[in-house]
Amino acid sequence: MSEITGLYALWLREFKVFLREKSRIVSSLVQPLLWLVIFGTGLGSSIEGISGTSYTSFIYPGILAMTVLFGSLFFGLYIIFDRRVDFLKEVLVAPLSRTTIFFGKVMGGATDGIIEIAILMVLGALFFSIHFSILSAIATVLIILLLMVSILSVGLIIGSVMTSPEGFGLISSFVIFPLFFLSGALFPVQNLPSWLYLFVVINPVTYAVDALRTVILGIGSFGLPLDFAVMIGFALAMVAIGTQAFKRMKV
Amino acid sequence: MMHVIETKNLTKRFGKLTAVNRLSFKVNEGEIFGLLGPNGAGKTTTLSMLATLLPPSAGTASVGGFDVRKESSKVRHSIGFVFQDPSSDDLLSGRENLYLHALMYGVDMRNINEKMDDVLKLVDLTARQHERVRNYSGGMRRRLELARGLLHEPKILFLDEPTLGLDPQTRQHLWSYIKGLSKEKNVTIIITTHYMEEADMLCDRLAIIDHGRIVALDTPGNMKKKLGGDVIRLQVSRPNLAALKRLRYVKRVQRDNGVLVLTVTDASKHIQEILKAVGSVENVEMRAPTLNDVFLHYTGSEIRDQEGEGGFFERMVNSNR
Repeated sequence: MSEITGLYALWLREFKVFLREKSRIVSSLVQPLLWLVIFGTGLGSSIEGISGTSYTSFIYPGILAMTVLFGSLFFGLYIIFDRRVDFLKEVLVAPLSRTTIFFGKVMGGATDGIIEIAILMVLGALFFSIHFSILSAIATVLIILLLMVSILSVGLIIGSVMTSPEGFGLISSFVIFPLFFLSGALFPVQNLPSWLYLFVVINPVTYAVDALRTVILGIGSFGLPLDFAVMIGFALAMVAIGTQAFKRMKV
Repeated sequence: MMHVIETKNLTKRFGKLTAVNRLSFKVNEGEIFGLLGPNGAGKTTTLSMLATLLPPSAGTASVGGFDVRKESSKVRHSIGFVFQDPSSDDLLSGRENLYLHALMYGVDMRNINEKMDDVLKLVDLTARQHERVRNYSGGMRRRLELARGLLHEPKILFLDEPTLGLDPQTRQHLWSYIKGLSKEKNVTIIITTHYMEEADMLCDRLAIIDHGRIVALDTPGNMKKKLGGDVIRLQVSRPNLAALKRLRYVKRVQRDNGVLVLTVTDASKHIQEILKAVGSVENVEMRAPTLNDVFLHYTGSEIRDQEGEGGFFERMVNSNR
């Protein structure tokens, strides 16, 4: 019982902090909009469009995935600051299992992320001629949630072993950007040279982008069953490693 | 008799460093028990092990009758912990911090509002409870965290350097809260500090820790009594140590920052002879022993002077003893 109220407490804390840091919501939306408006329009004006859609529409699902990548990974990394202000100690000394603490964080981060994605979906429908049906909207949220749980776990795993925020830049360069660029978010994956294709297909984020593109635009390369199989496997693996990492985490 | 806390040979090693070395002590119910020692003596490490935040390398410890290794969840249910560093969420209000704490500790939520009102009143934060912790002063934040540590009504409360960095007035306030808790609510309190005055004022019993070991354990009063006399501090440029040594009532001679510290029985009676024997004295101070003298006696250094030990002159004085 106290694990459940504890889970609620951890979620509530994240949610309240999220609502109070309004600048965080705004800044999390600026980057994807810059990509869509400037990069999408800029590159889109010199290419004809891909698979019958405009370039901006083509990258829209990839930009959703990118928003998750940046937002969720850094959300996980932020436990370093929890540790610095020592709120983490207060949580770790509470009679809650480390698994509960881990899931509390994941739930909190997923709530924040879903709100951001929902805003981007509305903006997409209003300004970027993206058509959502009820079904495709639900499928989009589901795919985003799966990706979010995975990436939040990755962030929490890295955050649980990192002791200072000095490594943040390294994480951006060596984790987020490769996962983003190698996911096919910005280009179709069919015609790539084989060395690049290899990197793309071993990147689990690729399958999230592919699934999103399939449900939003009807364009896909791997088929939804494979996409979901990879995403679910990735999410389960990261959650398993994450709970273990939290059990080992020192105060 | 059942002890609220009992440790046997409790040890913590970090690689080659032994931070806590075979600590054995018992704490009675309702007692304020102090761990006094310089920074790095192993006080916080000891508390962390008792609070199940760190696993011991060797030895055993029980808290509230539960083994810290095997029953860590039960231990954590029965303790409150006020950390050395701030541990409240500064984007949330004081009251919100309390509410989250109550949820995490499984406090009965039916009368949670009255409980929060009570602890807020206890630490005088009722007026500022809805403000964000970011706007609190250091002392207010400390008080909030003390209130939070009490919210789930623990039988045992750990306070890690509770008044570190607070102004004297706030410190006095906190002391009276802490004393009240132990007297009125029979809460057992374990407190670490490196302030002599705090240890003296607050603690029923006290363990002096140095280099991870207990070097003395008693009531502050007994510790001072055990020194066996009053303290005379002398500023002498070239002391005649041999002459001092011949005086039978001079029990101990130590050196502290260029000052000779003598422990003397019936100091007021013998002061004339001592002054005559020691040489030309520039300054003299005579008083009843304080905890600082006790500390100096057991650790060979004053707490604020941790580098200055083991010099040539000191070794000479000690070998003359």
